[in-house]
Amino acid sequence: MIRLLLAVLLGVLALPTLAQDTMPPAPYAYNQLEDPRLEAEASALMHTLRCLKCQSQSIADSDAPMAGDMRHQVRSRILAGESPAEIRGWLIARYGDYVSYEPEVSKSTWPLFAVPVLVILVVAGVLLRRLGKRRNEGDGAGETA
Amino acid sequence: MGKRLWLWAPLALFAFFAGLAGYMLTQDKDEFVESEMIGQPLPDFALPAAFDGLPGASKADFAGSPKLLNIWASWCLPCIAEAPQLEALKAQGVEIIGIAIRDRPADVANFLGRYGNPYSRIGSDRISEVQLAIGSSGVPETFVIDAKGVIRYQHIGDIRESDVPKLLAELEKAQ
Amino acid sequence: MTAEIGLAALWLAAALAVLQMVSGAFALKAAPGEVNALAMHARPAAVVQAFLAVLAFAMLLYAFATTDLSLKLVASNSHSMKPLIYKLTGTWGNHEGSMLLWVGVLALSGGLLAGFEKRLPERTMGATLAVQGFVALGFYAFLLLASNPFERLPVPAPEGSGLNPLLQDIGLAIHPPTLYAGYVGLSVAFSLAMGALLTREVNPAFARVLRPWVLGAWVLLTLGITAGSYWAYYELGWGGWWFWDPVENASLMPWLAATALMHSVSVLAARDALRTWTIMLGVLAFSMSMLGTFLVRSGVLTSVHAFAVDPERGAFILGLLGLYIGGAFTIFALRAGAVAEGKRFAAVSREGALVFNNVMLSAILAIVLLGTLYPLLTEAFDVRVSVGPPYFNPASAIFAIPMLLVMAVGPLLRWRSDKPARLQFELALIAALVIGVIALVSFFGQFPLLPLLGLGLAAALAVAALLPLRGRSLKRVPVATWGMVIAHFGIAVALFGMACEGAFSKERLAAVVPGGTEQIGDFAVTLEGVTPVAGPNWTAIEARLAVRQNGGAPVILTPQARNFWSPPQSTSESALLTKWNGQLYAVIGQQAEDGRWQIRVWWKPFVTFIWYGGILVALGGLLSIAGRVSVDVRRRKATAQGDQRRADLDALGAAAPVPAE
Repeated sequence: MIRLLLAVLLGVLALPTLAQDTMPPAPYAYNQLEDPRLEAEASALMHTLRCLKCQSQSIADSDAPMAGDMRHQVRSRILAGESPAEIRGWLIARYGDYVSYEPEVSKSTWPLFAVPVLVILVVAGVLLRRLGKRRNEGDGAGETA
Repeated sequence: MGKRLWLWAPLALFAFFAGLAGYMLTQDKDEFVESEMIGQPLPDFALPAAFDGLPGASKADFAGSPKLLNIWASWCLPCIAEAPQLEALKAQGVEIIGIAIRDRPADVANFLGRYGNPYSRIGSDRISEVQLAIGSSGVPETFVIDAKGVIRYQHIGDIRESDVPKLLAELEKAQ
Repeated sequence: MTAEIGLAALWLAAALAVLQMVSGAFALKAAPGEVNALAMHARPAAVVQAFLAVLAFAMLLYAFATTDLSLKLVASNSHSMKPLIYKLTGTWGNHEGSMLLWVGVLALSGGLLAGFEKRLPERTMGATLAVQGFVALGFYAFLLLASNPFERLPVPAPEGSGLNPLLQDIGLAIHPPTLYAGYVGLSVAFSLAMGALLTREVNPAFARVLRPWVLGAWVLLTLGITAGSYWAYYELGWGGWWFWDPVENASLMPWLAATALMHSVSVLAARDALRTWTIMLGVLAFSMSMLGTFLVRSGVLTSVHAFAVDPERGAFILGLLGLYIGGAFTIFALRAGAVAEGKRFAAVSREGALVFNNVMLSAILAIVLLGTLYPLLTEAFDVRVSVGPPYFNPASAIFAIPMLLVMAVGPLLRWRSDKPARLQFELALIAALVIGVIALVSFFGQFPLLPLLGLGLAAALAVAALLPLRGRSLKRVPVATWGMVIAHFGIAVALFGMACEGAFSKERLAAVVPGGTEQIGDFAVTLEGVTPVAGPNWTAIEARLAVRQNGGAPVILTPQARNFWSPPQSTSESALLTKWNGQLYAVIGQQAEDGRWQIRVWWKPFVTFIWYGGILVALGGLLSIAGRVSVDVRRRKATAQGDQRRADLDALGAAAPVPAE
């Protein structure tokens, strides 16, 4: 209990000065690359990487300092000549599939791709049953009606 | 009959979802993103000193014996809470190398003056470069690094008193 | 005192829900054509209940307006220094208040149904009211037992702890109430569908009763989603208008189901086909509303828009979900086989096109559901994955593109059976527009595939939407047809906005010294200065940006970076310059150590069309309701007059001649 109280007290005292870091953002966190083609590549990649400190936002949509540092990594690596796929791979090797909003077929994500195929089959089946067969019957019914 | 079976499909799908959701509600929501770098060697890095009192840190500093790599920052509140535990680990003879994330020398010195200094070296990572390279997603986090420089264990969040034996055991295992 | 009145009203309303449920169930016991004496209480119970639930909500509203800090809910979510409008909207900016709003709307719509709907057979009406009472009872229980909004504090708090600054916006006044009303409107569709299923009265008359509720709910959902999208767009500060976030998907899924339901109800009303399917969609649409509530409230999924989460309450809602939806699907599985097949139709016919649209909407719904819940599934195995736009966009487009193509043609087809040869000109026109626009745009540059397809489809759809009016006297076109035309045109407008935003947006991020200028597209943006400003419960730095288009006269934009002090949190207040052909979106960031300021500016061509389109779609829905209701009223008047005349003739005696019907 006393520890808790102490923690709360410390928190209150420390809050104004310590709640957030006051460091300026990394060079490429809020600055674009000179080359518009490279910047477009970086921007497309950043929109598909998850900000790890945020709730369901890409690093391209976040003001969290860590998202800024991740943007800096992406832009400086693109500038150094790495491909977006390499950078995504580098991050997945560190944070797992969680960091990428673009699921790739793997043993943990295959249903994401199998189910749509299944849905296509079901859709085709339903349409054939409901519309395909009806055409023949409908023609017959049309004549008698 | 085929048609009758089809009518049960929505219920079956719903039951599957309800079961899953019910199970997930009983689980603690895991907000941590674990590093995939466990078992991998530390990436190469060399960080400058975080303040005048201690040298900076590089990969070479982890050679020799198992050590702790503590990711922290002076602006991070849970880091205050774990300071006594780091002191306790140091008292047990554990060498702790710190990496200060997005920090200023004056703030680092001030923090260490107030809450104690358990570190042998502190590198300054102003743009979270090393943090990202080892798959850490927040402060504080603590990694066990063996004598060959391989990452063996990751502790996410502040170290509580109850976590100290676990960390000592992991250091032992990394011998 | 007000809180106690509110609480008492809630308990009374819950008791009336029991009465409504039991009394309604007795209607089922009546022999056909007769009325069970015990069934007569259901309607009054629903009406009085509506008054009580609305009263309870009004009491909470009052407590928030006066910042009654002896109430726990007010103390933990409000603050005396907040502007009045945010005090009021803050009533539903928290879990308990939003659930009370939900229940209030539920009771209100139940009351309206009981008070005004006289067309249904009494048995079906009784069953419907019983189901509605059962649903309401669950939510009263949830409020009273697990989230009492009227709980008092033992000692009144000296000050409230405030409202999340992201919610201190006019968006909170519009978005949640409309969305909730839409969710809840679907509960009436659900009750009606269950009532019809239980009494096997699935027929065009039932569909005509169901239709205004579905349309109404769908209009509200459309407006709610549109408002929510615009709100997120300007409030989150990065110019995104749709993130495929779980909470957004939770609002999209009921909309998709309701859209399918609305079209299938039309088929049932006009042609007595698709009976089982309509019932199924009625259950599905409300399931999606409840699922949405569950996902938002339980916090099982991580979302940027989740503001009040609690796993225990999640368990309660999951229980309700299991009870209602599990029960409904069970009854569906047992009963639906007994509902006679509806009328048949050819593949090339209005019905055929509507079935296609229904199946595609359901497929999109399946994809969104899968993508939303998949992370939950893998977390059960301790694997964390993220599913985002790179998945949702193409996966839903697979089904959306054929759907949009058929949507262009569908309204031109005749009911029952049609010949494609009759529509040669229209088909050629639509194909030419799709291909022509895509070819034209690709000629000017390289653009991503989906926006490109979107542009082609938008052009074709905009023209095709107006084709049903061709060769008709515009004055004689029924109001409901106008509704359809405008709604379909609205989809084209929204699609155009989305495609343009995706293909032609420009972004400029830069560190600027005061006095410095950045160029973006046709616009020169000059940072004239940065000044501190203060609001009632925040302080901020405000940038003065002078924007000149092609060297014209400057327009001043003032984006702010705000710091709220209760609770302590910072937000970016974007500044927007709206032109007819797009928006300039400006945000001020931090100051770098060298004194330069971070500014972010976007030029988003035609982005506003996304929301104009949404409004047009909703307007189309409104017109459709107006058209249907006016036809119904006229028909009822005519029937009443006929009855009156027949009664008069009877009174005149047997000598009078029998009028021809």
